[in-house]
Amino acid sequence: MTSPLQRKLKITGPTVVTANRLADGVVVWLTADGRWAETIGEAAVAGSSEAVHALLDVAHADENTAVGAYPARVDIAANGTPAPANLRERIRVGGPTVSLPGAA
Amino acid sequence: MYVYDEFDRTFLQERVAEFRDQVARRLSGELNEEEFKPLRLMNGVYLQLHAYMLRVCIPYGTLSSTQLRALAAVARKYDRGYGHFTTRQNIQFNWIKLAELPDAMADLAAVGIHGLQTSGNCIRNTTTDPWAGAAQDELEDPRLYAEVIRQWSTLHPEFAYLPRKFKIAITAAKHDRAAIRVHDVGLRLRQRDGETGFEVMVGGGLGRSPYIGKTIRDFLPKEHLLSYLEAILRTYNLGGRRDNIYKARIKIQVHELGTEEFARLVEAEWAEIRDGALTLDDAALDAIRDRFVNPAFEALEDTPAVLAQALATDPAFARWHANSVAPHKVAGHAIVTLSLKPVGGPPGDATADQMDAIADLADQYAHGEIRVAHEQNLTFPHVRQKDLPALWAKLKAIGVATPNVGLVTDIIACPGLDYCSLANARSIPIAQKLTERFADDARIADIGRLHLNISGCINACGHHHVGHIGILGVEKKDEEFFQITLGGKGNSKARIGELLGPAVPESEIVDVVERLVDTYLDLRTSPAETFIAAVERLGLEPFKERAYASR
Repeated sequence: MTSPLQRKLKITGPTVVTANRLADGVVVWLTADGRWAETIGEAAVAGSSEAVHALLDVAHADENTAVGAYPARVDIAANGTPAPANLRERIRVGGPTVSLPGAA
Repeated sequence: MYVYDEFDRTFLQERVAEFRDQVARRLSGELNEEEFKPLRLMNGVYLQLHAYMLRVCIPYGTLSSTQLRALAAVARKYDRGYGHFTTRQNIQFNWIKLAELPDAMADLAAVGIHGLQTSGNCIRNTTTDPWAGAAQDELEDPRLYAEVIRQWSTLHPEFAYLPRKFKIAITAAKHDRAAIRVHDVGLRLRQRDGETGFEVMVGGGLGRSPYIGKTIRDFLPKEHLLSYLEAILRTYNLGGRRDNIYKARIKIQVHELGTEEFARLVEAEWAEIRDGALTLDDAALDAIRDRFVNPAFEALEDTPAVLAQALATDPAFARWHANSVAPHKVAGHAIVTLSLKPVGGPPGDATADQMDAIADLADQYAHGEIRVAHEQNLTFPHVRQKDLPALWAKLKAIGVATPNVGLVTDIIACPGLDYCSLANARSIPIAQKLTERFADDARIADIGRLHLNISGCINACGHHHVGHIGILGVEKKDEEFFQITLGGKGNSKARIGELLGPAVPESEIVDVVERLVDTYLDLRTSPAETFIAAVERLGLEPFKERAYASR
C-alpha cells in the first residue's frame, strides 16, 4: 500500500473531490468544511497535489457518508464557482442527457 | 413457466434478510466499504455514475405476468418509474437508494426474483432463445437445461471466486437467437442417432478482446451436461489468469493454451468426475421438467378469418404482422415480439405503466408468459393467431408495436456514459438520433434485416463486435468519437466485425450510418440480398469509400 505522502497525483488545474453518497448514491462534492454537498458550486477547490491529497484524506476517512471519492478537474466560472471540466463530470452534475422514460 | 418450490422461496427470503443486515451494518459503519462492496456485488448492486444500480436476474429470460408487475411496482416505488432490459435477458434499475434496496429485494423475492450472481466473478444468468418452447425450428425446449444449469450454478461453492465473470448460453434451435458463439460456454442442443446431447463451445466473448467460441466437444450426451460443465469450470478456475483483470476470462485461457490443449485438460478432469453425483438421469430431468407449467394450447387453425381479414384490409397491421410476428410450433398460434425501440426512445427501456400493461396483455393473450430477448425487446411466445389484430391495437396503444424488429432501428445499445461509470461516450442519444433519421416504417422495411449495435466503451456491453454495423464510442480530448465496424454476426455463423476506418465525431455519426445504408441500397443485387450478405459479397471498400467521402 503506497503511503499517501508518496502517491503521485497529476494536478493540471483546479480540482475538486467528488464521490457518491453512501445511503442513496447521490453525487456529492467535498466542501472546505468537510461536508458533502449536492452541488458542485459548494465544492472545495484545490490547486496543488498536496491540497488534493488533503481533500482525499478527509474524503477517505469519511466513507460512512460518501464512497468512491476521486479528484476531478474543474473550470472556474466567471463568478468564481467551480464547474465540471469534462463530459463525464458534466453528466454527473446534470444527470443523464436523455430524458428519462416514465414519471420521475 | 418453472414453478419454484418452498426451498427456493425460503432461500430467497433468508438471502434478503442477510443483505438487509449487511446494509444496516454498512450504514452504521460496522462494515467498511471494502468489506461491503463484494457483498453488495453478490446481490447485483453496482454503484454507477449517478446512483446505485440493481441488476435483477430473469432466469433464461422468462417472466410471469406476476413477476413483471412486481418489477413495475419496484420501478414505481423505489426507482424513477422505469427499468432497462439488458443484453443478458436481465433488467436494471438505475436509481434505487442503498437504504431501500432490502425492501425492493424483499418485494421481488416474494415473486421469486432476485439479483444473485448478476455481478461478480461467478457464473451469471444462463441465457437462451426467447422463443424457447414456441419456435418451429427447435428440437426441444432448452429452458429445461437452462434451469438445470441455474440450479447447479447458484451458490456453487467451488465457483464463487472465479478469475472473472462467467456467462453460459444455450440454444436448441436451428437459428441461434442466443448468440451462443460469443459466450464463455455456448451449448447447442442437438441429436445424434436419436440421442439428445450438446455441442459444447468455449472461449467466446466480446469486450476488449473479442473471440468466437471454439468447439471442444461435438456431441456431449445430455446426462453428462453438469459434470462436463464442472470440468470446464474447474479447468478455468485453476488456470484462468488472476494477475490481469483484462486477461482473466476463459477466452484468453483458451487462446493462450490453444483449443486442443484446453480441451485435453477439460477431458482429463472430466474423466475423474463423470458418471458420479452430477449425472443427469431421466428421473432428475423429469423432476425439473415436471415443474415447468406449459400452456394448454387450444386446437386451432392457422390464419383464422379474423386474421386474414385484418391482413387484407389494414396495411399498418399487415406491416406489423410481417415484422413482429413469427410462426409457432403449434398450429393457430404465433410468437409476438414487443419492440422496446420506439422512435426517439432509449432502446430497451420500459416504464412501470408499460410493464403493468404488458403484464395484463400477457394474461389476456399470452398465457401470462413474457420473455426478454437479448436484443432488449420483449416477447409473448404463445399468442393465438385469432387474437393478433386485437392484441396489436393494444400494443400500439402502449407504444410497443413499432414494426422495426430486426431492422436498422432495432438497435442494441448499452446504457453508455449517461449512466455507466465505465463508459467513454454516450450511446443512447446516438440510438435515439438514428431512430429519428430512420423513422419511416416503409423505409426501414425496404432496407430489411440490419443489426446495429452501439457500445459506449471497449467493454462492448452493446455487443458492437457482432453487429452488422457496430458502433464503439471513444473519447478524444473530451469529445465523443465513434468507431465503426462492419460485417459482424452473432448467430451460428458468428464473426467479429472489421474496423471500417477512422473514428468519426458525434456530429457526423448519424450521417455516416445513413451513407452506409445508402451504399447497400445502391449496390444490393436485389431487395432479397440483405445488408450483411451485401457486405460479405462486396467487402468493406465500397462502404468505406462512401462513408468517408465527404471528409
